[in-house]
Parts: sequence; C-alpha cells; structure tokens
Amino acid sequence: MTLAMTSGLIVILPIAGALFVGFSSKWPNVREGFGLITAGGLFGLVLTLIEPVKNGQRPELTLVEVVPGIELALRVEPLGLLFALVASFLWIVTTLYAIGYMRGHHEENQTRFFVFFAIAIAGAMGVALSANLFTLFTFYEALTLCTFPLVTHHGTKEAKKAGRVYLGILLGTSVCFQLLAIIWTWQIAGTVDFMNGGILAGTASNGVLSVILVLFVFGVGKAAVMPFHRWLPAAMVAPTPVSALLHAVAVVKAGVFTILKVAIYIFGIDLLGVLASTIWLAWAAAATIILGSLVAFTKDNLKARLAYSTISQLSYIVLGALLANEWGIIGGGMHIVMHAFGKITLFFAAGAVLVAAHEKDISCMRGLGRSMPVTFACFFVGSLSIIGVPPAGGAWSKWFLGLGTLEAGQMGLLIVLMVSSLLSLVYLLEVPARAFFSSPREDVHSGKGIHEAPWPSLVAMVITALVTLGLFLNPDPFYELMTLVVFS
Amino acid sequence: MTQHLPVLQVAIPLLASAVCAIVRNARIAWLIALATTWTAFVIALNLLFRVQSEGIISYALGGWAAPYGIEYRVDLLNAFILVIVTAIGSVVIPFALKSVECEVDKSKGSLFYTAYILCFTGLLGIAVTGDVFNVFVFLEISSLSAYALIAMGQDRKALTASFQYLIMGAVGATFIVIGIGLMYVMTGTLNMADLAARIPEVRANRTIPVAFGFLTVGISLKLALFPLHLWLPNAYTYAPSAVTAFIASTATKVAVYVLLRFFFTIFGIAFSFDIMQLHIVLLPLALIAIFSMSLVAIFQQNVKRMMAYSSLAQIGYMILGISMVSVTGLTAGIIHLFNHAMMKGALFMALGCVMYRIGSVDISAMRGLGKRMPWTMAAFVGAGLSLIGVPLTVGFISKWYLILGALEQSWWPVVVVVLITSLMAVVYIWRVVEVAYFKDYPDYDCKPVCEAPLGLLVPTWVLVATSFYFGIDASFTTKIAEAAARTLLGIGL
Amino acid sequence: MNLLGLVNYWAFIILMMIGLYILLSRGNLIKKMVGLSVFQTAVFIMYISMGKVQGGTAPILMNGDVAYSNPLPHVLILTAIVVGVATTAVGLSLIVRIHEAYGTIEEDEIQIEDFGT
Repeated sequence: MTLAMTSGLIVILPIAGALFVGFSSKWPNVREGFGLITAGGLFGLVLTLIEPVKNGQRPELTLVEVVPGIELALRVEPLGLLFALVASFLWIVTTLYAIGYMRGHHEENQTRFFVFFAIAIAGAMGVALSANLFTLFTFYEALTLCTFPLVTHHGTKEAKKAGRVYLGILLGTSVCFQLLAIIWTWQIAGTVDFMNGGILAGTASNGVLSVILVLFVFGVGKAAVMPFHRWLPAAMVAPTPVSALLHAVAVVKAGVFTILKVAIYIFGIDLLGVLASTIWLAWAAAATIILGSLVAFTKDNLKARLAYSTISQLSYIVLGALLANEWGIIGGGMHIVMHAFGKITLFFAAGAVLVAAHEKDISCMRGLGRSMPVTFACFFVGSLSIIGVPPAGGAWSKWFLGLGTLEAGQMGLLIVLMVSSLLSLVYLLEVPARAFFSSPREDVHSGKGIHEAPWPSLVAMVITALVTLGLFLNPDPFYELMTLVVFS
Repeated sequence: MTQHLPVLQVAIPLLASAVCAIVRNARIAWLIALATTWTAFVIALNLLFRVQSEGIISYALGGWAAPYGIEYRVDLLNAFILVIVTAIGSVVIPFALKSVECEVDKSKGSLFYTAYILCFTGLLGIAVTGDVFNVFVFLEISSLSAYALIAMGQDRKALTASFQYLIMGAVGATFIVIGIGLMYVMTGTLNMADLAARIPEVRANRTIPVAFGFLTVGISLKLALFPLHLWLPNAYTYAPSAVTAFIASTATKVAVYVLLRFFFTIFGIAFSFDIMQLHIVLLPLALIAIFSMSLVAIFQQNVKRMMAYSSLAQIGYMILGISMVSVTGLTAGIIHLFNHAMMKGALFMALGCVMYRIGSVDISAMRGLGKRMPWTMAAFVGAGLSLIGVPLTVGFISKWYLILGALEQSWWPVVVVVLITSLMAVVYIWRVVEVAYFKDYPDYDCKPVCEAPLGLLVPTWVLVATSFYFGIDASFTTKIAEAAARTLLGIGL
Repeated sequence: MNLLGLVNYWAFIILMMIGLYILLSRGNLIKKMVGLSVFQTAVFIMYISMGKVQGGTAPILMNGDVAYSNPLPHVLILTAIVVGVATTAVGLSLIVRIHEAYGTIEEDEIQIEDFGT
C-alpha cells in the first residue's frame, strides 16, 4: 500500500467504521467492538506515516477535481500529522470512555451517537490532511454539520437552543469570512494549495492581505477568538464524551489547526511578520486569553468553567501562530497536543463525576475526592498541564510560547501568558482542592453509595492523565514534527 | 435520422400529448408520458454531446432555409437547457404516478399528463428554436398548459393562483410579442441569427430601444424577477406537488434562457449593456430579490411557499450572475440554472412525499417527521444543504463562481449580500429541520404516518444524488457553462 | 414625421392602454379577461397594420408588377389570435371553476373568502 493510499484510507476508515456501527445497532457489544477496532486501526494507520514524513516524504492524493484548478486533495505534512496523531489516539480513548459513560448514564440513541462520532473523526482527519484550502473548508464544514446531532443529542429545548448558537456562529463565521477569504485568496493568488513559505506573498498590497488575515482569523469560528466564542459554552449541553473529544480535541483543534496552517502555508511566517493586522489580531487573542480565564472564574458549572478555560487556551495557539516566528509556531503546535491531553482528562473527570455522583456544580463537589480519588487525582494532573507547570506536558508548550513572545519583542504578551497561567491555577485547582480537603456535604450525599465511574471511563481517564505526565518527560516526537514544520 | 433530432425533440412530445388527450386511462397516459420524457432526455443528451463535438447544429424546418424558413438552432447553451428540462421532466414523471393519484381528481388523470407533456413540449420548443416568433408560440404553449396544471391543485386557492398567473403571464407574453413585432418592423426578419446581424444597422432608430424595453418587461414577468414576481408564490404553493417540482425547476430556467438569448445573442452585449445599460436595471433588482425574498422565506408557515420564495431569491442569483457580464458571472448564472433545477426539484419532491403522507406541508404539520419519514426528511436536508451552499453540493459551485465574479469586479456590497443570504437559507432550512427532528410527533393523530412509497422516494433521491454528484465533480457542468458563457460574450476559448 | 401617418400605432397604443387599464383597475374577473382581450387585440392591430404596403394589394399572385402587402405579419398574427383565443378560453374556464368554488368572481370577495379580511 502506498503512503498516498494510506492517507486516503485514514479519511475513509472512520466513515466505514460509522457504517459498521450503524448496521450493528442491535448488538451494543458488537457495535462498541467495531468502534474500538476502527479507532485502533485508524491510529495504527496514522502511526505508519510518521517515519516517512520525518524522512521528508510528503504523500499526496487527489481524490477528485471539483472544478478546474480546485481539487479535493490530501497531502500529509508534519503539522497535519501531529493533529491527526492526537485526534486518532484520543478517539480510541474517548470511545472507551464513551462506552462507560453512555451506558452508565443510560443515554438514548447511542447508535446515532457513535455513528456521528465516527463521521466527525473522519472530518477531523480530512482537515488534518487537507492539501488545499478548499479541501480544508469542505471538511471543516462537514465537521460542523456532523457534530450538530451530537451537540443536540438530548433533543431538549435547551439542546435545540444550543444547537442554534453552535450552528449559527460556526456556519456564519465560516461562510461570511472564511469562504470569502478563500475565494479572495484564489482570486489574487490563482491557487489555494498549502505551500511552504506561503502563496500570498507579493500578490497584493499589504493592506488587502491584512484584511484577508483578519477574515481568516475570525472566519475560523472553531478557534473561538472573541467575540465568536459563544458556541463553545453552548455546545456543553452535549453528553460529556462529545464535549471531551469534540470540544477539547477534534472541533476546537481543527479551528486552531486551520489558523496555524493558514499562517504557515498560506501567508508564510515572513509575510505575517510585516502585515499590519498581525499584531492587532495577536492582541485580540491575548484579550480572549484573559477574558476567557476571568469568565471561567465566575462559572460554578464545571463543564462551563472548562469551556471558558478552553476558549482561553485556544487563543494561546492563535497567539502562537500570530507571533510570526519559529518559537511561536512550535509553541502553538505543541500546545495543540498538550492542551488536548490535559483538557480531555479534565472533561473525562467532569463526566465521571456526573455519572457517578450526578453533580455538575463545583460547589457541590466538596469532599467527593474521598469516594472518587482516582477521578480527582486525574483532574489534578490535567489541571497542572493546563496551568503549565511541571511535571505535566503543558509546561513545554508554554515555555515555547513564552520564547516566541520574547523573540517577537512583545513583553506585554508574555505578561498576558503569565497572568493567565495564574488565573487558571486558581480556577482549576479549586476543584480538586474542594474535593479532597473540604468535608463532604452531609445533607445531599454522605459519600456512601458513590463510587468511581464505570471502569472503561476510569481506564480512559487514567491513560490520558499518564500520557499528560509522560509528555513532560518526553515531548520529543511532537517537538521533532514541529521543527520539521518551521525549518523545512 | 440523427439529423432530425432537433425537430424530434419537440415533435415527439407534441404528438404524444395529442395521443394522451385521446387516451382516457390515466395509467396508459402515464406510460406515454414516461416514454416521451425519457426519449426526449436521450435526444437532449445526444444533442448536447453532438454540439460539444461538432459545434452548432442548425436545422431547417421543412427544408426551408433560414432566414425565410424556421430554423432550429442548437448551441451549447440551449443544448444544456434541453438537458435540464428533459432531465427534470423525466425524473418528475415517475414521481407523478403516485403523487398525482393522491392529489389530482382521478377523472383528470390522463388530462394531467396531456397538459404536462404539452408544457414540456413548450419549454423544449423555446429552447430549441432559432426563430423569435416561435419562442412566443412555445412560450404560450408551455404557459397555457402550466395554468391548467396549476389549477389542478386540491386547494381552491389553486384556481385563483392559476388565474393570477394567467393574467400576468398573458401580459408578459403580449409584451414579448410587441417587442418581437417592433423588431420585425425594423429588420424584416424573425430569425435570431439574422436579427443579430441586422439590428446593429438600425439600432439608432428609437424603435429598437422600445422593443428592448417591452422584451425586458415581458421576459422579466415570465422569469418572475422582482418586482414582477407576484404570481409565483401562490402558483408554486397551491399547484400539485409534481407540477411544482417540474415548473419550479424548468419554467423560470427557460425564461432565463430567453433573457440570455435575446439580450446577448440577438441584441448583442454592446447594445444591451453598453448602450441600454441593462445591468444597471438588473443588478439592483437581483440584489433586492435575493435579499428580500430570502427574508420573506424565513417567515413562511407553509414550507412549499417558503421554497417558492427561496426560488425567487435563487432567480435573483442567476440574474445577478448575468448582470456581471463577465465570463465568471455568466458561468455562475448558467451553472446555477442547472444546479438550482436539481436542488429545488429535490426539495419540492421531498415536500411532495410529505404531502402524500400527511396531506399538508405546513411547518407545524411536519413535527416529528424526522423519525416517521427518515428518508424523506434526509432528502430534504440533503437538498437543503445544497441550497445553503455547503461544499461538495451543487449550491457551493454556484456560490463559488458568483462570489468570484463579484470579487473580480470588486463589487463588495454584492459579495456581502450573497454571503448573508446564504446564511438566511440556513435559517429557513433549519426551521424545518428543527421542527422535523426536535418536535415530537403529535399523539392525537390516530393514524400512524410511515415512510413515503419507493415510487416517490426514488425520484427524489435521484435528484438529491445528482445535486451531490455535480457538486463533487462539477467539471462537466462548469465546462459547458463556461463555454456557453464565452460564446454569449463572443470571447473565444 | 407625420402624426396622422402613424394613426395605426396611435390606435394600437390607445387600445393597449385601455386594455391594461381595465386589467389593472377592475376587480371582476370577467372584466379582467375583457381587458386582457382588448390588450391582445391591440397587438393584433399593430401586426396587421404594419404589414400594409402603400398601394399594396392582397398577397395573391397576379401577373404584372403588382405591389403586395406583406403577408408574414398576417400569418404571424393568425397564430397569435389562436393563442389569444386559447388564453381567453383557459381564463374563462378558470373563472367558471372559481365561481363554483367561491360563489363569486369579484376579487375582493374571493380575498374575504380566503383570508376572512
């Protein structure tokens, strides 16, 4: 099998998995078996691409030429591979987790859930491996649409309302800004292919290019740069595995990944450095970082707090892209990985608390640490990674981002990063602190009868927590990929 | 045999309609209609491929050479239109079998197919002929039979809708005749190619601009361009579902073709756009149509009416593309003729399935249908995505060219309108989606609703599949549209 | 240009305006049809009169150098008359059906029947 075929298979496999899952809806065990097998197979396929890519190969595959010059095409390059690796690995873990969660929580329409879940992964893989802006946009929109049934899974009024916000913001920004930016790029550059060093340099005045950059950054609604962030908290009505995979990994990372990809392969770091709008957008990202953290403070609902924390953390990556230097890009890319593992651990823990203790609010989690020690220990590890302190992987990405701000000569942005870390320290660690050190609430639950979540969920959570720790000790694989991105 | 294809394209359906009128059995009439439309489709495809390989086909009717005889002249543009009309016509007929049994009085079954084929004939005739008076005659054949078809709707409002259409349509047609007459006075010819050659000599005379004006108004009435669109929403809403699906995807398209033919081929771009400044009239009207009709569509309670208003907005897109008078813009307009025919046909047919099962297409009646009629609603959503313009659907291709065309001219307000209205399409499609998928099916209804029969579903899905196929691989349609656009503009390949 | 020489066009325009006016101003469906017919007839007159050649005679082949009227507009308008008759027929039959369904052929009363206002 050639590498190009592998890349095609990576996009098709989850869809095939979705079909199998759909057909085996009557036998839940078979269905979940299919889910796990496809997830494992997908990760295996992605792994086989690592060595060739490190050796400088860039497999390309044209699926179809839609109109002359505009192709649906895949191309494996280090940044996309990094995203694909993270998303495919976490799909295995999340499938495992979802099995425990969905059964433990007695959710309805589980088959539909798993089917769209798999399709969403196909969308994320397509985004990761896209060879041009058109392909990226196609999968980006597909990802939006196929996650809509997941977000509105419960079918309640609240879910419907959240679905409207979700679809409204994501489609609105992508159609109004991103599509316009893509067609504009096509018009002035005559191509929408991703190329090393960018394709826009010298094609139009810097003023026009600045406008296109603004359109891209705000057009990627999935990156949740304020003021287009409302969909993310709204989407938290979804079942927790959805929030975990989609809103800590696939969907939001597809957004920031798009911005990184556009920054590197459409604009190019050099061009980005001279555009007037770059620094303004960097400050918009900085504002999102601080405001997101501040809002997170005010939220008592654990998932809502995590959502705002995500908004804040995503802008780290956007900021990294907009610093327009190598360290910023490396930091941004690394943060995709680190934040994914950290945040998914946090979501897993939040979901476990919901399943086992039926609690959503942080104020009600006092003393739960005694009956659910593993869960809250994992939460603690995840928090460390998000805050960015050793011994968790998040320390590395923050380090590189910090280097990037210094390189760019933006002390102000460095201070923003520091302040935000401090804020996240407070709002995240409050949760395990309450759970472990406060006395249980006697009125509601005495701690008796509350156990850890079902074992598949627990295993999933422990795996991601351990990986988070492992990434501190050995971030090299991802660091190498990122150096290939910036120094090739 | 093959050299007679241009005339057979029209003659076969014309004769078939006469046969249908004699046969009193609806099933036999249906079979005749089926055979006729499919034959016509094959002929149209054959013509298209021949035009692609050999160039323009000119056919002298009865052996009388143009410009004295009537010439049938097929170039890429009208071959494309023929394919659109025959394709929709032959997909709607299988659908019509059950749908018409349910919605039209049994005794009128055979007459329905007579009128249907007659309308089909008229539309094909308009597309194939190279003679302007012939255009008028066929226009009236198609319109008169369309009035009859619309009046067959169950609701008595169908009658008033049909009458309203008749008045507006007759006025439009008469305006067109006046325009044609004035052109004849000045040139002494009715042949399109001949007219195109002679008009430049006499265009200084005031008669030609007057003819131009009459034709503009008349054609705009026929294609329901804002503000001459008032007949359309009622006609589409109250006509039988099969009729709506057919007429919505073909009649206005053919009218757009007539517009292209008259203003680009006959009058010529130099006269139409440099001297008469037609685009200055068309552009604002198109923009208003796109915006206001999308807005109105959002607030409709009857989904068929919602789609009718959406059609008006989509016609606006076509006219917008045309009024750019550039290769990209015209390509967008022409390709949208095809694309919109596919997706609107699918949408109206999906609504026909709903009508067949629950007898209403009010939005409130569609509660919970996502579970009850999963395939029907999936078709609606699929075609709806195309209407919105999601990538890999035909709607996206149209939008891509339209925005590209506007960017080329740096028409920023146009870009904004196109983008915002595609979001408005999201709103009205999603209103239906929310009702169908998030509301529970009403319990008080004792009769459980199940999926529509295959006879309705298959044709619907054929169009849905087409609208995805030509969104994924649009090279066939874009190539034709672009070549047709270049011919109209007189720019070589 | 001689105004009187254009008398056929004046007739055409006046008839056309009368027809259109009836069409727009009357609420009675029959009267609308009458208006439409007048409007269409105006166009017939325009066509027929424009085929006239000064001193021309009916286009029947005769010996010698004879001027004929142009027959083509006459032929065309025969077709148009047929179309007009068909339109009137369809319109009138629709009115019959409307009368059966609504019991009235006044536009405003139909409005009240349909929407109750």
